Amino acid sequence: MLRLFVTGTSPRAEVAVANLRRICEQELQGRYELQVIDVLEQPQLAEDEKVLATPTLIKQLPPPLRRVIGDLSDKDKVLLGLEVRPAALADSDPKPEKK
Amino acid sequence: MNEQSNDSPVQKLPTGIGSFDVIAKGGLPENRTTLLSGTAGSGKTVFAMQFLASGIRDADQRGVFVTFEESAADIRKNMRSFGWDLAAWEKQGKLAFVDASPDPHIEIVESGGFDLGALLARMENAVRKVGATRVSVDSLGAVFSQFSDQSIVRRELFRIASALKGMGVTALLTAERTEDYGPIARFGVEEFIADNVMVLRNVLDDEIRRRTIEILKFRGTDHQKGEFPFTIVPDGGFVVIPLSAIQLKQHSSDVRISSGSRELDEMCGGGFFRDSVILISGATGTGKTLTVTQFLNGGAAVGERCLLLAFEESREQLFRNANGWGVDFERMEREGRLRVLCDYPEVASLEDWLLTIQRTVEEFKPNRVALDSLSALERVGTMKAFREFVIGFTSFIKHQEIAGLFTSTTPSLMGGTSITEGHISTLTDSIILLRYVEMFGEMKRGITVLKMRGSIHDKRIREFTIDGNGMHLGRPFRNVTGILSGTPVHVSPADLERIWSQFDADVGERLRGSTGADVGERRRGSGERRRSP
Repeated sequence: MLRLFVTGTSPRAEVAVANLRRICEQELQGRYELQVIDVLEQPQLAEDEKVLATPTLIKQLPPPLRRVIGDLSDKDKVLLGLEVRPAALADSDPKPEKK
Repeated sequence: MNEQSNDSPVQKLPTGIGSFDVIAKGGLPENRTTLLSGTAGSGKTVFAMQFLASGIRDADQRGVFVTFEESAADIRKNMRSFGWDLAAWEKQGKLAFVDASPDPHIEIVESGGFDLGALLARMENAVRKVGATRVSVDSLGAVFSQFSDQSIVRRELFRIASALKGMGVTALLTAERTEDYGPIARFGVEEFIADNVMVLRNVLDDEIRRRTIEILKFRGTDHQKGEFPFTIVPDGGFVVIPLSAIQLKQHSSDVRISSGSRELDEMCGGGFFRDSVILISGATGTGKTLTVTQFLNGGAAVGERCLLLAFEESREQLFRNANGWGVDFERMEREGRLRVLCDYPEVASLEDWLLTIQRTVEEFKPNRVALDSLSALERVGTMKAFREFVIGFTSFIKHQEIAGLFTSTTPSLMGGTSITEGHISTLTDSIILLRYVEMFGEMKRGITVLKMRGSIHDKRIREFTIDGNGMHLGRPFRNVTGILSGTPVHVSPADLERIWSQFDADVGERLRGSTGADVGERRRGSGERRRSP
């Protein structure tokens, strides 16, 4: 379960959304649910989650709670930050490993 | 950087923070951002919150508090001690928090460029929700520590500052500094974000902490310059002590009041003036507390209310001493004519004492105030703080048309002056000296009125005695010179005659015109106290 907070339709927001979708498609096939939230439209959600920066990606489930901020251009950092292992390695190797 | 829709001068928003508006000449510039910078523990958060609290309480102006440091829950708890019920205001929709404090449980990874759009959206949302006119942001430095990319934070803070202006709110941003005298703020950019800059200091000087506030710049509008002492008290929060706000425009009264001793009144040309400040200077045991006691008794006798601020002796001692001179303090207190504030000077700072005294005066509304002694208070603060205290106190009571009597202890038994006198003598209207005079193996006490603004007075040094009824003035010291310098010398009448005749040749006319017995004064040599009416 992932939530991505972005500001309106800024170029950075679009880049982040595109990056995230690509990572998810490649690495987490079918194992995710993504919600994109525009803080300008729903500031209260940002307030509730105490989000400061946009874009902010929050992984709510499974625990632990993890956050990644930025346009998500660095895939490895995103995966590391979310503590989810790429699909290819998920079953075979228990240790987090760089590709 | 700052666009006003019209050319009208900058308006000020009264903050309602104790006396701050006086030094800010009206308040914070309206619809602008003001940076408040200070070291750790200098009172930034209190000021930032009080800015909102007084708006909510006194002006029905709503506020938003953005916190980057303490959590909202901590702030709610901490501010309870000032009597501000933040949670209740939040429920009433008068206050909103934007809690941007770091959560230690959440690990944040940065990947690529970002902005603080979410924060801005939250702030705008909160301002809109409560209809805020005041916004406090505490503190900018903490934003930097939450993100690793400093250049982004810098850019984003500029964006937030200009967005605040667009929201039409008056904003107060706080920032940390590492030293009390040094760069304005830690990251070197904070001061460029805001239109106005103020600095809080908490300087350790001679083992005593001294808090001051200084307005460094107000773009396009006026303010008072320099550092002003302030204090933070539980029931009032942040209180500035504005010294230069004190104006020398007290109207002066020519009503005379009794010193409590008929003889002393005569020496003073008919008594003290209603709104005058009198300094009694003398070594220990010369009769300062007695003069105070008589002064209070003289007030109570004509139905006036008297306040005694005692820093040297305990209540019991004071009451017993008064009894010894035939003055019943207890009865005076019962009848509501006397209030005694008695404590060790060390229990509070001078700024706090000034506030305590002002509050007591405002509540009790005395006609007379006696302070025994200034010298005891001198130990509590630095010389500068002490001078400010005396200036603040004297002007305050003069403003209220209260007669004030201060005592000051001279360090040496014979003659001499104390530092205290040097600092305050110009602030006082009258100075009365009590001195020991050694004559032929016997200690006698001498009294003289050194200065009596706007009145003729007896310029002789007169002997006085103390008994069960108080002070009794005797004859002037004749044939003795050098009493005030502490080395009395007996002069034979023949010598005296010779010196007299020399003076007569020069200024005889003028001297004969006065009381005609100015031996003591003339021998002192220096001309400073020659105030012939």
